[in-house]
Amino acid sequence: MLWSELERLGRFVDPWREFERMSRDLSRMGAPATHDFPLVNVWASADKAVVTTEAAGMNPEDIDISVADEVLSIKGKRLSDQPKDDETYHRRERWAVQFSKNIVLPFRIENSKVEAKYQKGVLTITLPRAEADKPKKIAIASE
Amino acid sequence: MANDTQDTKKKEVEAAQRDERTRERRVYTPSADIIEGKNGTTVIADIPGVDESSVDITLEKNILEIYGKVNPDIPQDLKLVMSEYGIGDYHRRFALSDEIDRDRIQATVKKGVLRLILPRAEKAKTRKIEVKAGD
Repeated sequence: MLWSELERLGRFVDPWREFERMSRDLSRMGAPATHDFPLVNVWASADKAVVTTEAAGMNPEDIDISVADEVLSIKGKRLSDQPKDDETYHRRERWAVQFSKNIVLPFRIENSKVEAKYQKGVLTITLPRAEADKPKKIAIASE
Repeated sequence: MANDTQDTKKKEVEAAQRDERTRERRVYTPSADIIEGKNGTTVIADIPGVDESSVDITLEKNILEIYGKVNPDIPQDLKLVMSEYGIGDYHRRFALSDEIDRDRIQATVKKGVLRLILPRAEKAKTRKIEVKAGD
């Protein structure tokens, strides 16, 4: 990496974090993500997954979340305001669509324990791993 | 399912356009709608992750500047396994053409949407400049 590149990224950048980001970008090139709206980030540990998505200005009642085994479905819509007669749009960049997206999670989910919150326009869904799907520890009997 | 005219990808602010920052983080350009009405201009911008306490709006001369700070609550002890969007602050600058009544500007942030109402000033007095005839 060139110094100028480092300068651009900032002085106190953590090279490992940048490296991880680049390797993520690279792996994305190999298998292009669909980038279906809305874009999501998925976080996971051994016993739960957290899905976040940025979808500002929605009504929580317009968001529909369902889980079947390891597939999470998010449906929703946000429609744009109709301009009044004396108003004209100079710019219109904000999304105004109806969407439906499926996300495959790393494991099966305990449907009854899924929680979702919508805060500051960010939707966070917490999905605990199904008990039956969790790895079992096998005790070794000693003789 | 976004339509073609709307890019669902977040746009990062180009390095050349931004000033040197003291916070090391990514900065994105929020998408915005600008609506011109009889009484003024309304700017609506999507800044998910920002609330009324973490947004800075300044108007200097006719440059309107929006800066939204995002403090993401990244889940503890979890690993990012799929990342379709980046998290960072929002910054955007607009040059306004109209005279704005600065005292009546209203700004609200609700559910990650900034709504800025910029009322038009009462007609700025036109000043006539006399041209003296030279010899």
